[in-house]
Amino acid sequence: MGRKLLIHNDKVPGIHTLEVYRAHGGYASVEKALKTMTPDQVTDEVKKSGLRGRGGAGFPTGLKWSFLAKPEGVPRYLVCNADESEPGTFKDRYLMEKIPHALIEGMITSSYALGANTSYIYIRGEYFYVSRILEQAIREAYAAGWLGKNILGTNYSLDLSVQVGGGAYICGEETALLESLEGKRGNPRIKPPFPAVAGLWGCPTVVNNVETIAAVCPIVMMGGEEYAKIGIGKSTGTKLISASGHINKPGVYEIELGVPVEEFIYSEEYCGGIRNGKKLKAVVAGGSSVPILPTELILKTAKGEPRLMTYESLADGGFQTGTMLGSGGFIVMDEDTSIVKNLFTFSRFYHHESCGQCSPCREGTGWMEKILKKFLNGTATEADVDLLWDIQSKIEGKTICPLGEAAAWPVAAAIRHFKHEFLEIARNKKFNDVSHYERLKKKTVA
Amino acid sequence: MGAQVHGTQEFDAKKRAEVKFSDAAMETVKTIISRYPAGKQKSALLPVLHVAQAEFGGWLSPEVMDYVASVLNIKPIEVFEVASFYTMYNLKPVGKCTLEICQTSSCWLCGAEDIIKYIEKKLGIKVGETTRDGMFTLKVAECLGSCGTAPMMQCGASFHENLTYEKVDAIIEKYKSEGRLRSYTDLDYNNTL
Ligand SMILES: Cc1cc2nc3c(=O)[nH]c(=O)nc-3n(C[C@H](O)[C@H](O)[C@H](O)COP(=O)(O)O)c2cc1C
Ligand code: SF4
Ligand code: FES
Repeated sequence: MGRKLLIHNDKVPGIHTLEVYRAHGGYASVEKALKTMTPDQVTDEVKKSGLRGRGGAGFPTGLKWSFLAKPEGVPRYLVCNADESEPGTFKDRYLMEKIPHALIEGMITSSYALGANTSYIYIRGEYFYVSRILEQAIREAYAAGWLGKNILGTNYSLDLSVQVGGGAYICGEETALLESLEGKRGNPRIKPPFPAVAGLWGCPTVVNNVETIAAVCPIVMMGGEEYAKIGIGKSTGTKLISASGHINKPGVYEIELGVPVEEFIYSEEYCGGIRNGKKLKAVVAGGSSVPILPTELILKTAKGEPRLMTYESLADGGFQTGTMLGSGGFIVMDEDTSIVKNLFTFSRFYHHESCGQCSPCREGTGWMEKILKKFLNGTATEADVDLLWDIQSKIEGKTICPLGEAAAWPVAAAIRHFKHEFLEIARNKKFNDVSHYERLKKKTVA
Repeated sequence: MGAQVHGTQEFDAKKRAEVKFSDAAMETVKTIISRYPAGKQKSALLPVLHVAQAEFGGWLSPEVMDYVASVLNIKPIEVFEVASFYTMYNLKPVGKCTLEICQTSSCWLCGAEDIIKYIEKKLGIKVGETTRDGMFTLKVAECLGSCGTAPMMQCGASFHENLTYEKVDAIIEKYKSEGRLRSYTDLDYNNTL
């Protein structure tokens, strides 16, 4: 059993209440930080912990915090990114719904470290009911003196509130999120300036993912060095993985970074193997944006070493033979899955979610969806595979935000590893669709 | 009479005069505005539009958007810009219950397509349409963060997960018998992961 630091209490009855959360050691990091540490000492522990952003990019959190500009007399903000819309990802929802105080505690400790006196949790609008759970927890925290003026009798004060979005994946991109928090359309900003210098309402701002912020509590409690002992190399600590698709036990798992992918998929502790005794075909390991890998490359690297659930191991081989840990959205596909159609669902998604500011992204995502549709209705030709490749190759690096490449990468990877599937459809002029509902209903395993 | 062009929509000044938040909704709106520094009340726009949509029949008419602009002291176009950008705001009337079925990868892998077809047949409408009695609108959605409990659909504040045809039958039956507007802001959600 791996160590759990974030959701170890998720099954405790009433853990969503302050009383039970507190009885299980909750808010200890606020006490420790506010009473015995300076803000810089908290940041130092986060630096030492090696914690990397859990929202997808994996940027070192301590370093990000140290970039925050601190001009005299200008407020600074901490904004929690709870937009969670990367297909395949549902870990933040799980954490917020089950243990809302874990996020609130992390927000207080982190805001203290950054010198923020007003902080926001921006949550995707579809999670409206989760915002209710958070708001209830925030009310409890105010009533008990964990939020508001002079917390624990210190001279540190913090106001925290939740803002719901309106339904737009792009608002997960941090500058689009800030625009949205200002009551505008979610159009990503051109950087620089970075939010650390000019973020919310033009003030220095740090944007961090829900899980990143929650991880600050155990880091403060155990110390950065201890935290860094968990995991392998630069992949320190634990990570929440959202597992979905054709597995026996979909759900959110907290793993120590470094678990072998094979163990994660097949062991009873985690995904419990492939549904209905089928064979594994492919995995999208880190949310829809990361390259899909076929069985042989997800279980082992091109060098033949076991692939591990770490930032480095998953990326081993670059995009030729590797992928990324991303948001930890782990989507598993069995042998009866059409990679082309799965890709179509991704491309349709990115086309729908492009904010439309940059031509390569706005037009490219539309073209890719359209061409993939031709494969599904059997009108695509072999030349369409090359066309698809050509379009995706002209998006990366040419857009304001990374949504463009996030849309291009899955297309490139599907063609790279499964070109034969595209060609087969083009040659046969026919796409053999299956009803996943019907076939999954037939349980063949005893 | 009284109609004028407002963004891309018809706008009726007379109707506009009748649009007003209830006292309870106004309280909520004030609480939302108080979360932001003075002068930054525009930040309240997204949450306030949710309140407005729930308050005024499930969609945002030009008159309602204009009213929200006046409440937040911003220009009507600023409201329209936002309302037209985000998927959760309806700029046209919808049924009392909008069923939004996720169609992205994990849900598709677990049979979402069949669920969509099943509901289309059951309600006798296609995606994007509303039943004649005004009870149901059918929509497709992109990943709603419920991939581990796929297939799923959202209706108002509620997430319905691990869907089967039987579950869909029961949900539709329940909503039909209750017959009321379902909003994202509803308090009576019943969601468990
Ligand atoms: C299109 C797009 C969508 C994103 N969606 C999310 C999201 O839903 N949640 C999230 O935490 N980060 C998301 N990110 C990453 C954020 O921009 C940002 O890097 C992150 O919130 C930083 O927090 P972290 O360092 O704690 O990971 C997204 C980025 C892009 C380009
Ligand atoms: S890359 Fe796409 S989503 Fe990002 S700013 Fe450009 S058009 Fe918008
Ligand atoms: S793919 Fe349907 S909820 Fe995520």
